[in-house]
Amino acid sequence: MAGKTAVEELELIDAGRPPRDSGGAGDFGGRRPTPAVPQVYVTGIWLALASILMFFMALTSALIVRRGLSTDWVPFDLPPLLWWNTAALLASSLTLETAHRALAAGRPLAYHRWWNVTTALGVLFLAGQWMAWAQLRAAGVYLATNPSSSFFYVLTGVHGLHLLGGIVALLYVATRRRRAAPWPVERTAVTATSIYWHFLSGLWVFLLLLLWWGR
Amino acid sequence: MASEAHAAAHVHVHEAPRGFIRKYIFSTDHKIIGIQYILLALVAVFVGMFLSLLMRLHLAWPSLEIPFFGLMTPEQYLALMTMHGTIMVFFVLTTAPQSGFGNFFLPIQIGAADMAFPVLNMLSFWFTFASFAVMLAAFFVSGGAPTSGWTAYVPLSALGEVAGPGLGAGQTLWVVSIAIFCGASLMGSLNFITTTLDLRTRGMLLFRMPLTVWAWFVTAILMLLGFAVLLAAGILLLLDRHAGTSFFIPGGLIVSDRLIDHKGGSPLLWQHLFWFFGHPEVYIAILPGMGIVSHVLSTFARKPIFGYRAMVFAILAIAMLGLGVWGHHMFMSGMSPYSAIAFSLLTMSIGVPSAIKTFNWIGTLWGARIRFAPPMLFALGFVSLFVTGGLSGIFLAQPTVDIYLHDTYFVVAHFHIIMGVAAIFGMFAGTYFWFPKMFGRAMHEGLGRLHFWLTFIGVYAIFMPMHYIGLAGHPRRYPDTTAVKFLAALDPVHTFMSIAAFVTIAAQVLFVLNLVWSLWKGKKVGINPWEATTLEWTVPSPPPHDNFAGHYPSVYRGPYEYAVPGAPQDFVPQHLPEAEPARHAGADD
Repeated sequence: MAGKTAVEELELIDAGRPPRDSGGAGDFGGRRPTPAVPQVYVTGIWLALASILMFFMALTSALIVRRGLSTDWVPFDLPPLLWWNTAALLASSLTLETAHRALAAGRPLAYHRWWNVTTALGVLFLAGQWMAWAQLRAAGVYLATNPSSSFFYVLTGVHGLHLLGGIVALLYVATRRRRAAPWPVERTAVTATSIYWHFLSGLWVFLLLLLWWGR
Repeated sequence: MASEAHAAAHVHVHEAPRGFIRKYIFSTDHKIIGIQYILLALVAVFVGMFLSLLMRLHLAWPSLEIPFFGLMTPEQYLALMTMHGTIMVFFVLTTAPQSGFGNFFLPIQIGAADMAFPVLNMLSFWFTFASFAVMLAAFFVSGGAPTSGWTAYVPLSALGEVAGPGLGAGQTLWVVSIAIFCGASLMGSLNFITTTLDLRTRGMLLFRMPLTVWAWFVTAILMLLGFAVLLAAGILLLLDRHAGTSFFIPGGLIVSDRLIDHKGGSPLLWQHLFWFFGHPEVYIAILPGMGIVSHVLSTFARKPIFGYRAMVFAILAIAMLGLGVWGHHMFMSGMSPYSAIAFSLLTMSIGVPSAIKTFNWIGTLWGARIRFAPPMLFALGFVSLFVTGGLSGIFLAQPTVDIYLHDTYFVVAHFHIIMGVAAIFGMFAGTYFWFPKMFGRAMHEGLGRLHFWLTFIGVYAIFMPMHYIGLAGHPRRYPDTTAVKFLAALDPVHTFMSIAAFVTIAAQVLFVLNLVWSLWKGKKVGINPWEATTLEWTVPSPPPHDNFAGHYPSVYRGPYEYAVPGAPQDFVPQHLPEAEPARHAGADD
């Protein structure tokens, strides 16, 4: 199984269906009509990202409107720790890309190692965010203190929840790896998780700039 | 061949599950899930109708003591109104046409074995179910159901119990229920879009998809974008209610002699966020109906749909414009007249694709030998209602007119006809049309016709007079107008509308009786009782667990090839290979 290429596996999945040339007028309208197609996971994750983006854009426009309308917006200093957290998250995107490339180049050991480093950096980011919250609490900045802090907690909170989902996905792929799943399935999970993770990194940079602008 | 077995296991070779629970309760089969959604909507529609019955009783006879209910207080009336709107919009209009019929027929119509993510599909239904349960629970908590309307306008919805009964626990349950519903809708729409993009069978080009599939696909896009925004708004509202934040609650409010200790929030922000979802929601309710009606009209007119591509682009245009017109719900909010004009122009431009659709429906009927079966009657009724409701929409799209009409019954008449009743007629058309496919038996035609005429005349009798009392200045949301002198002359109209409503509601019992009777006693039908062309009519009735038993069809032609010159029958199914005579200039051109 380990020696099977993606193409061979896909042919196995393809077996049991009519040969390609029996198709309607030779054209291929949709893709393969079974839920096993890895493509659906990639499409699915992109659609999920569209929806998540709308969710964060709604919160962003709420921030802009709320800040623009009010006279009670009191800025506060962002904890410097956030910059370290940002560095950790951006680094995790780099290590994830390294892992992805190692997988494509057929170096499973490097892939496993960089995948685990990515997971660790993700956990580090979340722990850092938690500490940043603790620092703010210690400074007397709570959720309801001011609209500026309300938006800070809401945006970092929901981003953190999404990232937690990403960590679950990273761990899930790691366990599948141990159960030695077939190659295309694993690669699909890796691709989908990577797209999601990179998106969350980019989203965080955007949110940080937004919070910095609106602090 | 261990790996072959593994691959096979992964392909979801659809072994039908045997246990009752896996087969009918926690099923991953899109057809069972579709039926579950439809049943949920059927329960919800009767709950919603019962609430409207209580409201109509009270409006016509304000001093009547209703059995088990007593004399209705204004708060109780507003609670009924809120829950009627919420249940109808979310659990009926969003649930049945899209998630119900869409789930059952989208995969079959594009030649797929199931949805792209069957487990997500199951989760999506059970989230909807949980959401409905939480919503109904709002009736039974202290203070009862919320009174802030289905739009949950702030500050009423944000302040908690201090603002009145139902705004404490009841309102919290409302927000939680809607948040769960958002989750369900996001999962469902993601599944619909992925399935349509990736699982079409061979030859099923985008421009060979039935208009039903197009409608479900575009509706799913609207849901994916709209419900994400509603979820964000709901989270902020919950925080305002329970965590002391001031996103929406303005400062200096004195409610029930108490100074509210929030400040600086913007109630308008809630309206913007809500209507950014709320207006696309109108199209979420109506687009699937448009798809079903196009499908049914073509089938029973025995003609290709007039201007297939124009129909597709009209759906896309309606959806795209629909994302940019939310402000027309807020002309009364004191918005700048310049923004109002922008929203107004965009809103009226939706008239163009809507007119294209109507023109093409009439073009399809032109010179046709129409078969007047119940699905066709309801489809024709839909076109009538869509025109009526669309015309009053043009009135309301103009800020100057809207300022007079906005808080009157004119608006109630408008949105009930176009969003409520027209969408319901789409569902009825779908039910009578697809029931034979779903259960292998036809519904009773005579009862169906009777149901149609009673309902069609009934809804016009309820909602046409509402336009007039609206023009006469009758405000909406008033539980009782006995103290308002100038409205006394309109009391007989209220009585008339109430009686019309009771008759129409009674007529719906006929529909349920027909449904239940037909399940066991209906005439057995074959694979293709309506002589239709699309793929769902190539599989047994009801379709087997895996739809096509592993033999995926290939598609060679557009979806509406009726009255093809030289063909052996007056229709050519999509899966038939190229026939000898030249293709009819129709669906695929």
